[in-house]
Amino acid sequence: MSPTATQSPRNIVLNGLWRDNPIFRQILGICSTLAVTNVVLNTAVMCTSLTLVTALSCWTVSLLRNWTPRNIRMMVQTLIMGFYVIIVDLILKAYWPEMSRNLGPYVGLILTNCIIMGRCEAFAGSNSPGLSFMDGLFSGLGYSLVLLGISMVRELLGMGTILGIAMPFFSTQWDKWIIMVMPPGAFFTLATALWILRSIGVREVKK
Amino acid sequence: MNSVGHEVWLAVVTCFAAVFTQNILLTTFLGMCPFTSVSREVKTAAGLGAAVVFVMTFTTALNWLAYYYVLVPLELEFFRFVLFIIIIAAFVQFVEMVIDRYSPKLYQSLGIFLPLITVNCAILGASLFMVIREYRFIETIGYGFGSGVGWLLAILAMAGIRQRLCEARIPMGLQGPGITLIIAGLMALAFVGFTGVLG
Repeated sequence: MSPTATQSPRNIVLNGLWRDNPIFRQILGICSTLAVTNVVLNTAVMCTSLTLVTALSCWTVSLLRNWTPRNIRMMVQTLIMGFYVIIVDLILKAYWPEMSRNLGPYVGLILTNCIIMGRCEAFAGSNSPGLSFMDGLFSGLGYSLVLLGISMVRELLGMGTILGIAMPFFSTQWDKWIIMVMPPGAFFTLATALWILRSIGVREVKK
Repeated sequence: MNSVGHEVWLAVVTCFAAVFTQNILLTTFLGMCPFTSVSREVKTAAGLGAAVVFVMTFTTALNWLAYYYVLVPLELEFFRFVLFIIIIAAFVQFVEMVIDRYSPKLYQSLGIFLPLITVNCAILGASLFMVIREYRFIETIGYGFGSGVGWLLAILAMAGIRQRLCEARIPMGLQGPGITLIIAGLMALAFVGFTGVLG
């Protein structure tokens, strides 16, 4: 994707959700979120926070892009991201302390998530605030879609529930794969998802 | 047992736990990005791993001091994310300059990996875990060192396996990151076996 070309909103949506999907195209930023994919609810909260932080940081970076000296832009971007991460962390702590404890350090780790830095560098630095906000939002959504899918598979196979609600077949007859909610399950599920999505992608390119 | 001896013992236990039962890469998924991209060759993996061990030990200790002597008295605990990342970035920059000045040879083998480390989630993650688990100072050093060694161990094993795999026929969609994740899963499975060893 050329960073200078102006992007149409439609392209941004498609790029974020599918063509440049952060996870299976670029394998970026799985570190901080893969760990919370064992339960759907945790993943949903984490992904919402991440999407919000990405979108708002991209917007702010883009607003300030003409005033930021080139050589300290990384530092400025990190500070902007840190600012939003702190807000998210404080809101969670104040209104949902239980969830804040579940997520542990991972909310703070949004800060080192490569996606945000990547989008800020590649897109927000050279585009208008509105478009940058959209770009951040849809990159975040594309990322969330894949992770939500993974967490659903893991919770269903590992505990027989989705969002804590018992599923008909899986909670009764299904022999629960406890390994799916443990760390190895995350690696296997993500690898399988990558395999499937990439195979579809290859076919698309061949056409 | 006197209290210092006891703390050192705790630090040793924490260190072993961080290497085996709570391996930072295989159980908490931190540092995945360089893990999937830099694990093609044993030599580069070892260089990056060594740099991680070094930086992680010192930054967790520095961050502990900054957190308990600066942020807690000022009641600014929420500011830790930004402070930690600034300390890590500054430390990495500083080490880079020192190595470059005094040991050009070491700089050539380790230097290129240092900038990569600032954005390694494992480094920040170790500092955040250190705060959440309320480690004391000596324990923190043990934890930082152990986490680094655990990461080094995982990436070395991965690089070794991947070098053997380059001749293997892997399905199209699974090449590259896909197969790396599957290997990581198998390794994580092996590490699950350590659970409960240290109580």
